[in-house]
Amino acid sequence: MGQFRFHQYQVVGRGLPTEKDPHPKIFRMKLWATNEVRAKSKFWYFLRKQKKVKKSNGQILAINEIYEKNPTIIKNYGIWLRYQSRTGYHNMYKEYRDTTLNGGVEQMYTEMASRHRVRAPCIQIIKTATVPDDLCKRENTKQFQGKEIKFPMVFRKIRPPTRKLKTTYKASKPNLFM
Amino acid sequence: MPFKRYVEVGRVALVNYGKEYGRLVVIVDVIDQNRVLVDAPDMVRGQMNLKRLSLTDITVKIEKVPKKSTLIAAMEEADVKNKWENSSWGRKLIVQQKRAALNDFDRFKIMLAKIKKAGVVRQELTKLKKQAA
Repeated sequence: MGQFRFHQYQVVGRGLPTEKDPHPKIFRMKLWATNEVRAKSKFWYFLRKQKKVKKSNGQILAINEIYEKNPTIIKNYGIWLRYQSRTGYHNMYKEYRDTTLNGGVEQMYTEMASRHRVRAPCIQIIKTATVPDDLCKRENTKQFQGKEIKFPMVFRKIRPPTRKLKTTYKASKPNLFM
Repeated sequence: MPFKRYVEVGRVALVNYGKEYGRLVVIVDVIDQNRVLVDAPDMVRGQMNLKRLSLTDITVKIEKVPKKSTLIAAMEEADVKNKWENSSWGRKLIVQQKRAALNDFDRFKIMLAKIKKAGVVRQELTKLKKQAA
C-alpha cells in the first residue's frame, strides 16, 4: 500500500455547552488532510461556513483516522470537488481506479495540480463514492473494466535493478522489445 | 513484429526492481495503464507498477482476483514452478543465484573442475588434429 500524503479522518465536534443550550448539536465530518492537526483545523473551517460555531466557542469530541477496509480489491472512485481557479470557483466530478480511497484522492490532487495548476489548499472535496462498474462515466476508467482486459507492454525500458548499477553510457543499444 | 506477451489476468511476471526483486508473481487484475494487482502464494495481494515487472511466457488460468487457495491450485495446475525452472530464463537466474552464494571452498572446487574439463577438451582436440593431419 505504501505511504499516503492524504489521510482520511473522521472529526466529531460541537459548540461548547452554555446556559441557553446545555446540549448543543454534535456534528461529524469526514475529511482529508495530511495530518490530524490539519484535519481539526479543516473541520472548523467547514463548520464555520455552515453553523454559527467557531473553534473558540466549540470543542472537538473525537478524531479518528479512517483506514481502507479492502485494500486488495480494485474499485472505481468518483470524487466530487470544488476548486478555485484563477478566475473563480468551479465544481468537478472525477473518476479514478485504485485499490484504496486514499490512493484515489492522492491521484486526484496530483491530477488537479498537473492538469489545472490547482494546488491542494484550493481544492475542497465535496463527496467521494465507490462507483460500481456500470455507473462509471469516464471512458478512461471504463476501458479498464471487464474481464477481457489485455494489452501488451509496447516500449520496454530496461532498468537496472538497483540505483547503484546505473550507468550513464551503455556499450550497445538495449533491446526495447518486451 | 506482433506482441506475444500481454498484460492480462493470469500472466506470470518477474519483479525486476525494488523490495520484491526476483519474485515470481501472477497478475490478478489491472488497475489502469501503469498498475496491476499482483499476487503470489507467499505474499499479501498488492498493487505494483508495471515498470517493476518483466512479463514471462507463462500464464495461469484464473478469473479476476481469485481467492488465495484458488490461485495456488491454478498455479499447481499450470505447473508454474517447473515451467519456470526449466525455461532458459529461469535456469539462467538459478545459476546466477548459485554463483552469488558460493563460498571460497566452492570456488576452489569449481576451479579444479574447470581445469579438468579443459584438459579433457584439449585431449579430444589433439586426437582430432592427429586424425586430420
